[in-house]
Order: sequence, then C-alpha cells, then structure tokens
Amino acid sequence: MIKIKIIVCIKQVPGTTEIKINPETNTLIREGIETVINAFDTYAIEEGVRLKERLLSNPETKEEVEVIAITMGPHQSESILREAISLGVDRAVLLSDRAFAGADTWATALTLQNAIKKFDDWRLVILGKQTLDGDTGQVGPELAQMFNIPFVGYASNILEINRTRMIVKRLMDDRYETFEIKLPAAISVGKEINIPRVPSLRGKLKAKNEQIPVWNKGELGLEDEKIGLSGSYTQVVKIFIPKTIHEVKMITGGPDEQAEELYGKLKELSIL
Amino acid sequence: MHYFLTEEQQMIVDICRQIVNERIIPARAENDEKGIFPADIIKEIGQSDLFRLFIPEKYGGMGTGIFEVCLATEELSRGDLSVATTYAASGLGFIPILVMGSEEQKQKYLPALASGEKLAAFGLTESEAGSDASSIRTRAVKDGDSYILNGTKQWITNGGEAEIYTIFASTNPSRGARGISAFIVEKGTPGFEFGKKENKLGIRASATRELIFIDCRIPSENMLSSEGMGFITAMRTFDQSRPAVGAQAVGVAQAALEEAVNYSKIRHQFGQPISSFQAIQHMLADMATQIEAARALVYHAAKVTDSGEKNISKLSAMSKLFASDTAMKVTIDAIQILGGYGYMKEYPVEKMMRDAKITQIYEGTNQIQKNIIALELIKRGAL
Ligand SMILES: Cc1cc2nc3c(=O)[nH]c(=O)nc-3n(C[C@H](O)[C@H](O)[C@H](O)COP(=O)(O)OP(=O)(O)OC[C@H]3O[C@@H](n4cnc5c(N)ncnc54)[C@H](O)[C@@H]3O)c2cc1C
Ligand SMILES: Cc1cc2nc3c(=O)[nH]c(=O)nc-3n(C[C@H](O)[C@H](O)[C@H](O)COP(=O)(O)OP(=O)(O)OC[C@H]3O[C@@H](n4cnc5c(N)ncnc54)[C@H](O)[C@@H]3O)c2cc1C
Repeated sequence: MIKIKIIVCIKQVPGTTEIKINPETNTLIREGIETVINAFDTYAIEEGVRLKERLLSNPETKEEVEVIAITMGPHQSESILREAISLGVDRAVLLSDRAFAGADTWATALTLQNAIKKFDDWRLVILGKQTLDGDTGQVGPELAQMFNIPFVGYASNILEINRTRMIVKRLMDDRYETFEIKLPAAISVGKEINIPRVPSLRGKLKAKNEQIPVWNKGELGLEDEKIGLSGSYTQVVKIFIPKTIHEVKMITGGPDEQAEELYGKLKELSIL
Repeated sequence: MHYFLTEEQQMIVDICRQIVNERIIPARAENDEKGIFPADIIKEIGQSDLFRLFIPEKYGGMGTGIFEVCLATEELSRGDLSVATTYAASGLGFIPILVMGSEEQKQKYLPALASGEKLAAFGLTESEAGSDASSIRTRAVKDGDSYILNGTKQWITNGGEAEIYTIFASTNPSRGARGISAFIVEKGTPGFEFGKKENKLGIRASATRELIFIDCRIPSENMLSSEGMGFITAMRTFDQSRPAVGAQAVGVAQAALEEAVNYSKIRHQFGQPISSFQAIQHMLADMATQIEAARALVYHAAKVTDSGEKNISKLSAMSKLFASDTAMKVTIDAIQILGGYGYMKEYPVEKMMRDAKITQIYEGTNQIQKNIIALELIKRGAL
C-alpha cells in the first residue's frame, strides 16, 4: 500500500528566453516553438524524487512513497510527463480538455486541485516558484488556499519530513525562515533547493513505454463555467513594458536658496 | 555519422552526453589541476544506471553487452578520461566476480556495484610485477577457514575510493602463474590499508593508490573460483575489458578532433582561417580517418565479445592497441593545430594528450598487446 503520495505540478513552456506575444490576442505565440519543462519545475521534480529516496531510506516510511507528476495542458505536453518519468517520477497524469484552454491562474489551480483530489493519501504538492511564460507564481498559493492547507513558497531546504509534518527552510530577500508545517501541504521551489539529476537509463526506458492517462473535465467532475476561459476571473487585456520617466532639475544658488527651493519642490510633490 | 544504434543504445549515449556537458566539462580543468576525485560525477553516473549495464538483471543490472559499456565509456572519455577511467576501473574490479564468482558472491556483491553505491577496483600490479604479472609477491596463506594476505599492490585505480577489491595473491609461489588466486577484499577489513596517492602526468582526477596488506585475514568464501585460478581470472577479465580501453582512447581522440576542427575555423593567420591551409586540412583528415577506423575496430571487438565467441584475446588486444596509438597521435596533432594555444592550460587539448598516454600503458602495455596478438597468430594461424 502506498501511503505517501507526492504530487509534482509541472508546466510546459517555450524552450526559449525570447517569448513572443501576439499583440492582437495578448496570448503567447506557441507555434513553432520548442517546448520544455518550466525550469523551476525541474527542481520540483528532483525534490519530489529526493524526498521519496529519503523517505524510503527511513524504515518507518519504507515502500510507501510514490511521486506523481501532473500537468494541465494540450496533448503535446505529454512529452514533459515522460521526461519527468525518466527523471525518477513513478507515474504521471495529463489533464487535457479543449475546455481547459485559456485558463488563468485561478482556473488552473482549480483544475489541478480537482485532479489531486482523485489521489488518496497525497501528503505534499510541490510546484515551481513561477513559470517562465505566465510568470505569476500564483498557482501554488491559490491551490493551497483551495485545499486550505499550509503553503511555503520559495522553499530552499527540507530539513525534516515524515508522514505527518515537515520542517522547511526558505530564502527571503534578506533572511532565511524556517517553518514546521503539518502535512498535507504545498511548497514551491526554485534553483536553491537542489541540482536536478540527469535522467537514468531505466527511467528513460520506463518513460518510453509508459501509458499516460489523460483526464478531461468529465473525469475531474468540473463544469464548463469553472474551467478554461469561462472559469477565469482575470483576462490579460494588454501587455507592455513599463516606461519609467526620469526628469532631472539642477538647483543652483547659495546653500540657503538651494535648501529653500528643494524644500518647496518636495512639498509640491507631496513628498514631505 | 550513423552507427546503427538501437533506441536503448542511443539513450545510453544521450545520457552520457548530458553528464559530459552539464557535469564533467565544467569541472574537468580544476579536477585535473588539483587532482580532485570527481565523487559527485561518479554518483551521477551511478544514478543514471551506467554501472548497471554489463551486470545481469538478476543482480540489479541491465544485462547489456560490452558494446553498450564501450558506448558509455567512449562518451564519458570525450568529457574527461579521469572520469571514464574511474568508471571503467570499477568494471575491471567486478568483471572477475561476474566471470568467476559463485552465485553467493554475485548475490552479495553485484547489486551495490550495479547501482553505483559502491565502486570496485582491480589489484594486480606490484612494484616488481607489471607486465610480468605472474611474478607478484603478495602472498595468501591458508589458516583454518581464512587466508592471511601480506604484500603491497601499486598503482591501483580507485584505490581508497572503492569498497570492493579484487586482489591477486600467490597461494603457491612454486607454481608461478598457476599458483595465483583471486580474492574479494572489502575496504575496512583489518590489516588492509591504503598507501601513497600517486601524482600523475594525466588522468589526474582519477585515484591511483597503493594497497597494503599486513596480516589481513580474508574468509575463504571470498576466494574467486579455486586456488590457482587467479591468473586465468585476470586474463579473462582483460579479454572482456580491453575493448573498453579502446573506447576510452576513441573518446579522448574524438574530443581532441572536435577541438582542433573548431579552432582551425576561428584562428586566422595570414588573413585567413588556418583551416584553409592544406597542411591543416590533411592533418584533420588523417585524424578523423584514424579515429573512425579505431572506432570500427573497437565496436567490432565489443560485438564479437558479446556474441559469446571464446577466442577474443587477439581482437580485444588489437582494439586496445590500435585505438590507444590513434589517441596518442590524434591528441598530439590536435596540439599542433592549436599551436602555442594548444600547449596552454586554457585549452583542453594538452590535458587530452596527457590523458591519452595512459591508454597505451594500462591493462597491458601496447608491447604486451602485440605479444598477445602474435602469440595467437602463431598458435592459431593468421585466419
Ligand atoms: C500574458 C499571458 C499570456 C498567456 N497566454 C496563454 C496562452 O496563450 N495559452 C495558455 O494555455 N496559457 C496562457 N497563459 C497561461 C496561463 O494563464 C497561466 O500560465 C496558467 O494559469 C499558470 O499561471 P502561471 O504560468 O503564471 O503559473 P505560476 O503560478 O507562475 O506557476 C507556478 C507553478 O504552478 C505550477 N503550474 C502552473 N501551471 C500549471 C499547469 N498548467 N499544470 C501544472 N502545473 C502548473 C507549476 O509548478 C509552476 O511552476 C498566459 C499567461 C499570461 C500571463
Ligand atoms: C595510472 C595507472 C593506473 C593503473 N591502474 C591499475 C589498476 O587499477 N590495477 C592494476 O593492477 N594495475 C594498474 N596499473 C598498472 C599497469 O597495468 C602497469 O603499469 C602496466 O601493466 C605496465 O607495467 P609496468 O608499469 O610495471 O611496466 P613494465 O612491465 O616494467 O614495462 C616497462 C616497459 O617494458 C616493456 N615490456 C615489458 N615486458 C615486455 C615484454 N615481454 N616484451 C616487450 N616489451 C616489454 C613494456 O611494454 C614497457 O614499455 C596502473 C598503472 C597506471 C600508470
């Protein structure tokens, strides 16, 4: 019996740093672009596999751990699930349905939630800290909120884990934070947490032969108005690079005059 | 170039390339300079199942042939021959268990070697016994149901890093080669110590060390086969392992050729790339042709070995001889093409030349390979 399931959420993104956006529809141009696993999600996969290895080496949790990768995306994203298997994930499920298209982060998280619910005994969800294309970093926190479970973003080290709780360290801009949280929980990870391994030969052979189930909206029990474009609360209206405007004014005169003028200007700009 | 690899063989190549590009190349110059054993890389190689290749599935392996081992070795050698030597030396250490071990010995030792959790080593050479391996002085004296080992092994690859050692010792000095026996010795056995670490010309990141046995008690059940079977064990092991030394040589030569071709296109003298000079072109053409011939011979020797053919000594020796001589020539020519830059440590070809030299020496010098080939010719005829 598998008692601990670790779910790794991965997303297919364009395999290029030059992301092009269609100015009319404000959607990503995906045609003709090679796709890869979102870079941060490769750390999520590795951490899932490492946690499994760690739990397996502990006599208490031996033989009871499984790592499952899921992605919501078009049929082509099956390839990233196979890659995840070659990297040590035990099995994978593709969430795919025309009705999922156009999902914002909320609709994405809801779809992922309904998929995760179908597994018994899941104890941990690992996500990347953000994606290369959408780049919001919202899916993880939203998912945790929907499940009402703890969420630790930017986890950099899992100090301890067992069936019921874990101790996680995370890196903030100016400090480290360490949390003890109850499981089930969700975490998001970046490149601080590990160095992803190279695929194994047995993994590659398994990945090649594996049947990857596809779950559609029916299997997830989701109604049309909850998913895809219709289930999305947000819509990208416009994408642009913010302009920053600098204006420099030199103040001249004696020190008193300068101070006077500066004071007046700051007051005028309601800075003081 | 198409080598008609199966999908699985291509996967092996791809995995090795990824390890080479992501792990080995970024670390090789520093590991070489400082003589750092690449423990992390070896762990990665283990995780990727590459130690499993030649070991039967029953013992946690993947049951492939020597050919697959050669593919992996060649690719790893393109990155760093130190890493490939470490990888291959573990194979050299466990092949005796595979070819001569009992069922219990295989069950006990092979799974941890297949997973890469443990490394193996092969201890034959001594200060006074190199090419003349039958003159080893390490003694194993029977005492109840154990043997007591005394003696010193020299230049043992993976010495200190390996957990499992195949050690050759004489149980009956009066019988010469027929008095030699092979034992499995575990690191940590009382009386088994490590001596000096060698400071080498090349493959500097690989560990080469002395093994010292002082009244080291080994249970009799750790003997491979029976008393007096050690020399045959060593020779049969070499028959299997030599194509992989050829593959090491092909890999390092290939890497040097790639460096030379790339450099010749970007280096300009007399207002043109040096690749436009026929003298350079002809060197490159010779290098590529020799490498292709060496590769063909290595692949052939490996496939014949995998076919189950028994008389493989000659072909196996030929592949090692020809490929290692090719590697030496090609790496020296690569330096010539890079000129003074090739002589500098900023470029990897000087290291490749230093590394390539070992393939002409270990697992039997090339003179010894010629002795083997000639002996077979005289014994069995030229066909
Ligand atoms: C400007 C813009 C244009 C877009 N255009 C399109 C488009 O044309 N077509 C389209 O399909 N989407 C498009 N999206 C994507 C979609 O809205 C979001 O990508 C998706 O909802 C996830 O949000 P995110 O990428 O910001 O994920 P983040 O919240 O940054 O992701 C965090 C983590 O959540 C997990 N995760 C995220 N998405 C998935 C998923 N689908 N499956 C499994 N795990 C996941 C991963 O672990 C990821 O690392 C667009 C997004 C933006 C901002
Ligand atoms: C880096 C390195 C790693 C090694 N790793 C291992 C290891 O893991 N395990 C192990 O057991 N050994 C190992 N060796 C030892 C290696 O196998 C020996 O160095 C090799 O067999 C040659 O022995 P020798 O150095 O004593 O040379 P010698 O036998 O002293 O030879 C000197 C010269 O004489 C020539 N010669 C000798 N006999 C003949 C003959 N009959 N006919 C013609 N020419 C002859 C040789 O070809 C050579 O040119 C390693 C050596 C090195 C340098």
